[in-house]
Amino acid sequence: MGIDTRERFDVIVVGGGPAGAAAAYRLAQAGVKVLLLERGQYSGAKNMMGGRIYTHSLEALIPDFRERAPLERQVMKERISIAENGHMTTVEYVQSEVPQNEESYVVLRSKFDKWLAQEAEKQGALLICNVQVTELLVHQSSVNAKPQVIGVRCDDDEVYADLVIVAEGANTLLLEQAGLCAAPDPHALAVGVKETYKLAKSALEDRCGLMPDQGMAWLTLGDLTAGLMGGGFVYTNKDSVSVGLVVGLDKIGSVETTVEDMLLKFQAYPAVAQLLKGAQLKEHSAHLVPEGGYHSMPRLGGPGYVVVGDAARMCMNLGYTIRGMDLAIGSGMLAADAYLAAMGEGDSSKTASHYRHMVHHSWLGKDLELYRHFPSFLGGTDRIFQVYPQFVNDIMKDVFTINDAGATPIMGKLLHRVEQVGMKELMIDALKGVRAL
Amino acid sequence: MKLEEKLGTNKYYVDETCPHIHIDDTGFTMEEKRKLVNCCPAGLYTLQEDGSLAFDFAGCLECGTCRVVAGQTIVKEWKYPRNTKGVEFRQG
Repeated sequence: MGIDTRERFDVIVVGGGPAGAAAAYRLAQAGVKVLLLERGQYSGAKNMMGGRIYTHSLEALIPDFRERAPLERQVMKERISIAENGHMTTVEYVQSEVPQNEESYVVLRSKFDKWLAQEAEKQGALLICNVQVTELLVHQSSVNAKPQVIGVRCDDDEVYADLVIVAEGANTLLLEQAGLCAAPDPHALAVGVKETYKLAKSALEDRCGLMPDQGMAWLTLGDLTAGLMGGGFVYTNKDSVSVGLVVGLDKIGSVETTVEDMLLKFQAYPAVAQLLKGAQLKEHSAHLVPEGGYHSMPRLGGPGYVVVGDAARMCMNLGYTIRGMDLAIGSGMLAADAYLAAMGEGDSSKTASHYRHMVHHSWLGKDLELYRHFPSFLGGTDRIFQVYPQFVNDIMKDVFTINDAGATPIMGKLLHRVEQVGMKELMIDALKGVRAL
Repeated sequence: MKLEEKLGTNKYYVDETCPHIHIDDTGFTMEEKRKLVNCCPAGLYTLQEDGSLAFDFAGCLECGTCRVVAGQTIVKEWKYPRNTKGVEFRQG
């Protein structure tokens, strides 16, 4: 596979996505001998997301990323829509300026991940693509001893290292096979599907009401997911637009609707259809999304290994925004720092305990913990997806309807709508939702 | 545009000789099969007239969703395609 397998590395990173590449970058920068393995033709060839990265952690890793990274557009416009039966209520917020450490950008992963892995390579990491790790090599010295990860197998080749950083992504085949995490739980995972449509820069900006080079993030909740947890998204790239949706997997068999039906329904909403009018499809992609948050995280490390990024379920769906890449890069950096700290003490076996400690005492662990109740609120409150979308649009209809039947006070109409969904349920759900945030 | 045509815009290096996913729907309920039909974002699981489930690995997006949903039931084996094979996202 192009690696001299007699060669020993200090660290092997499994997976060349943002978490793995960030770890490799930081380690190589500090002079550590690190091997970065990617199963795709290039980093990013197997990766997909809706589209946004909050760049605070990337900036800490690569301060001049703005000049170098393949960024599509800076998000300056946020849109949230609630859709039901062809009706759509939308809230839009436009920022005039954003402080540097609060910026976010739309990126395309095949370009961005490729760039970040190449940056790690420039720092001295050995990046090898087209190589799939097929097994984590685990050594157990005695029956009672904790299993220790000592390297990786890639088909017939074995490579060894002091530390293996597992950055295999949301589909945790290797961790499960090695017994280091549980089988995937449909409650904690969702499928994301996305289509990227070519659209001329000027048409895209006109249709979205954007200033040149500025971008939009648009999330939609409603009947498009057939009452299941999930929602649609639109992100603007330089000269294309990404349109897709995410849907939870625990009740996917309870409806008569496929993911493709849901996507078509979303794209048929006039606001989305007009945006895509005449635009040419470039790609239809999909990926697993870890939606379970803090409570779904596996053990973050043990003898010989640590887990970073999506593999560690470091992803946060807050309803109004979604974070994953900033956590991935942050966790990769912490994994590297933990190894460096352990080596500073002359004992690489302390890496995992340092890493766990660092995660839980940094913004990364604190943010995940703060929103720990939100995934179960979203997953456990069907009314968000089945009742409230119509409720919101009904209220809007009441407000904006004029006819010759004689006007009635708005307050009365509003109370009528509240009674329809149940005052008590509405208040309980609202309170639960706010408390989970 | 049909889903098959949409998949036609993707770049694949299909490993004709070696399916990376194996299924067996014998004895499973319609709801269990329905999960796979619904969840696959490439529409590769289809119900046949006789109620059996058909699967075509060629358009696979390698997301792993079917493994999450039916890894303990209908999906008997799930691996990534071999090195250099499978889908290659040019957008992501």
